[in-house]
Amino acid sequence: MTVPPLLDIDNLVISYDDHGRRRAVVHGVTFAIKAGEVVAVVGESGSGKTTTAQSIIGLLPENGRIDGGAIRLNGTDISGWPQRRFDGLRGVGISLVPQDPGVSLNPVRTIGSQVGEILKIHAARGTPRRAIHSRVIELLDRVGLNHPEMRAGQYPHELSGGMKQRVLIAIAIALRPQLIIADEPTSALDVTVQKRILDLIDDLRAEYGTAVLLVTHDLGIAAERADRVVIVKDGRIEEQGPAAELLAHPRSDYAIQLLSNVPSLARSTPRQTITPIDGTVGGQDAVVVEGLTHVFAGRHLAGPRSPVIDSLSFRIPTGTTHALVGESGSGKTTTIRAIVGLLKPTGGRVLVDGHDVATLRGEALRRFRRTIQLVYQNPFSSLDPRQSIGRMIEEPLLNFEPVAREERARRAETILERVHLPRTILDRRPRALSGGQRQRVAIARALILDPRILILDEAVSALDVTAQAQILALLDELQRDLDLTYLFVSHDLAVVRQISDTVSVLRHGVLMESGPTETIFTHPTSDYTRDLIDAIPGRRPASPISSNRYPTPQILQEASFS
Amino acid sequence: MTRYLIERIGQAVIVLWAAFTVTFILLHVLPGDAILIKFQNPDLGLGPQQIAEIRASYGVDRPLWLQYGHAIGSFLSGDFGYSIQAGVPVSESIRANLPPTLWLTGLGSLLAAVIAMIIAFAASLSPFAWLRALVRSAPALFVSIPTFWLGIALIQIFSFRLRLLPVIGAEGWRGLILPVTTLAIPISAPLAQILVRAIDDVATRPFVAVARAKGATHAWVLWRHVFRNALPPALTVAGVLFGELLGGALITETVFGLNGIGRLTQDAVNNQDAAVLQAVAVLSAVGFVVVNLGVDLLHPLLDPRLARKERVLS
Repeated sequence: MTVPPLLDIDNLVISYDDHGRRRAVVHGVTFAIKAGEVVAVVGESGSGKTTTAQSIIGLLPENGRIDGGAIRLNGTDISGWPQRRFDGLRGVGISLVPQDPGVSLNPVRTIGSQVGEILKIHAARGTPRRAIHSRVIELLDRVGLNHPEMRAGQYPHELSGGMKQRVLIAIAIALRPQLIIADEPTSALDVTVQKRILDLIDDLRAEYGTAVLLVTHDLGIAAERADRVVIVKDGRIEEQGPAAELLAHPRSDYAIQLLSNVPSLARSTPRQTITPIDGTVGGQDAVVVEGLTHVFAGRHLAGPRSPVIDSLSFRIPTGTTHALVGESGSGKTTTIRAIVGLLKPTGGRVLVDGHDVATLRGEALRRFRRTIQLVYQNPFSSLDPRQSIGRMIEEPLLNFEPVAREERARRAETILERVHLPRTILDRRPRALSGGQRQRVAIARALILDPRILILDEAVSALDVTAQAQILALLDELQRDLDLTYLFVSHDLAVVRQISDTVSVLRHGVLMESGPTETIFTHPTSDYTRDLIDAIPGRRPASPISSNRYPTPQILQEASFS
Repeated sequence: MTRYLIERIGQAVIVLWAAFTVTFILLHVLPGDAILIKFQNPDLGLGPQQIAEIRASYGVDRPLWLQYGHAIGSFLSGDFGYSIQAGVPVSESIRANLPPTLWLTGLGSLLAAVIAMIIAFAASLSPFAWLRALVRSAPALFVSIPTFWLGIALIQIFSFRLRLLPVIGAEGWRGLILPVTTLAIPISAPLAQILVRAIDDVATRPFVAVARAKGATHAWVLWRHVFRNALPPALTVAGVLFGELLGGALITETVFGLNGIGRLTQDAVNNQDAAVLQAVAVLSAVGFVVVNLGVDLLHPLLDPRLARKERVLS
């Protein structure tokens, strides 16, 4: 006698209406979730993982349609249910923890009313307001929000990202559903917050016995949190199995490739240092930051502000990579702006190639701008959608000495070759390119002026792991060929470890520690750095909670990711 | 908050002064004058000498800058001068004509808001795709209907064909139905367009999916989550539409033969009665400034994020 699994997805096919033509995005996906189990669906963008999750809760976009297969919840096929019927299931049987807490709460309604809403929708008629309110407070308290009474009266913008995600989790668990769909629940959060949120989901799951469908692009998270992992690519399952077994012995080519691309899971191969780090003389430093301090002037009569950067000092030897690590609000962006001369710091100075950036004027400033270029985080919004790739790459040249049209085209082609893009994309628009290709265009655009220094502001954070690994390899190659100096700004320590020679760890504008990368990783001196390193997902196998509650295969004990 | 209010009132004063000055200059630059129109009639048998005396009595023979100073002084003390044509103080004509116009414009904007909301909700709640598309095309049709034509068409249909309402001279609410509808329909169109677009935009935000995932129905989510977030852009447009409302009121009053500021303005234009026009222009500017100040003060109530600055300070 077999009990049917809680959720049984059977040969599911989903397509979207794309200007009158149907384009299939999920091709026959089959997997199951048992009661109380955590199953991670791992894939890159466009793999159909989110579409699959949306179909389970009946929230496919309007142009999406289930063409075949079944979604069985406790043995009942819900794939053909009308919306009206789904309304009774959503929130009660299946709930959702969304991707980006910053935009997932209604900005004009209080936290309390948004948590209370799910209770109100499903409550029996005449349930007293007081009962709902006290349950709201209880829930807010349970998900670890301090001062729950006060929080209930606040609006979403008054809470941090991590706190908002806790509120959304409180909503998801309010009616103790059998299944929670967590769609990239932490990808918009800082690493230390990410770890606390995942811990919270783990705890609640153990307490309530709720099953979790964890949709993620991060194999590290899947390795650490899931009982079973399903790897999807282009709408098809590449491989699935118990987390530890799959990660220790992946069979499909794609899973093997994916594993080798995840920085936090890859066996750490320390980067080959280009130049000796210690004992560098001042003259060899491409960038020197000395006692940089910045205080934003308050617009109104608010009292004295605390500085966003407080006497920050570091130096980057020419031809090396320095990483600036910190969570949101740590002053990374302000530091970059001071280095490129877009912001005049209130104190301290920045020397680039020996020149004080703040004193540059006129022609000297123009020449300085050529030597230092920026590559931004989001390759989707930093390229003008209306311009052709060729035009965008050439554009910086127009700002300097006159270059003939043929010469500009020639240089653009040379640069394209450098970043390994085909010449054919010169006439295309950004829309036609993948994320990784767009970031190559952004790098090409930065390189066309022959800069000495590149500032990479979270330049790989928005990319899938595969594209990320390729861009990191490209950056490494360019640095060796062109003798470039990089300032790599990131919140992702695993990536930092791969690419940088030296690291500065920043918190609330204060330098926590600074030094050669391997030293920082192997012997961190500040507690904060230790927290950051501990928070890197994938450093340990699935949590003890799940291994205790379910029979542990031998393989689980063998797997290790240290 | 107080600081913001003082800033805004300061801006309002500047706007009013500018409106006053521009109108004053325009009215003097235009050829023709009210005194000639009224007293040059040969039947009155007035000679140039006497007309010059009348001019002097109205103070229009003095240098322009003196007249300007005098006019500003009397406006500030609440004296809008004399209507040359009617021979009564302008303030008196305005007092008599303002209430019907306030009724017309007040009810007209209310009805416009209701129509816009009905269109916006129907555009997203209607059960069939073709019906939603049909509802969505309504604003484009409404906005292209001229007010005077709509007024005439409504009179044709409801008064002459169906004989439901009297054409002219109806008392009380019955007399207001057609004019208010005439005024409201073209005003409702841009409001509905903005609202439909804003609702479409808000509906794609993740918090709407979260609300659906709680088990809320489509209508519940639309009313409690989407609508309030879609309101601010519509409100801003509503403030700007006040100008359309005044223009529409002028035409409507003329078409339906109603008394009001619109009729007063039209008569004043025909007779080049500068004092009346000056007063009407300033009055419209006051209305515009007050309505838009109200709109700006409403925004923080609709969106708590805009009220944050003050809360942090206090």
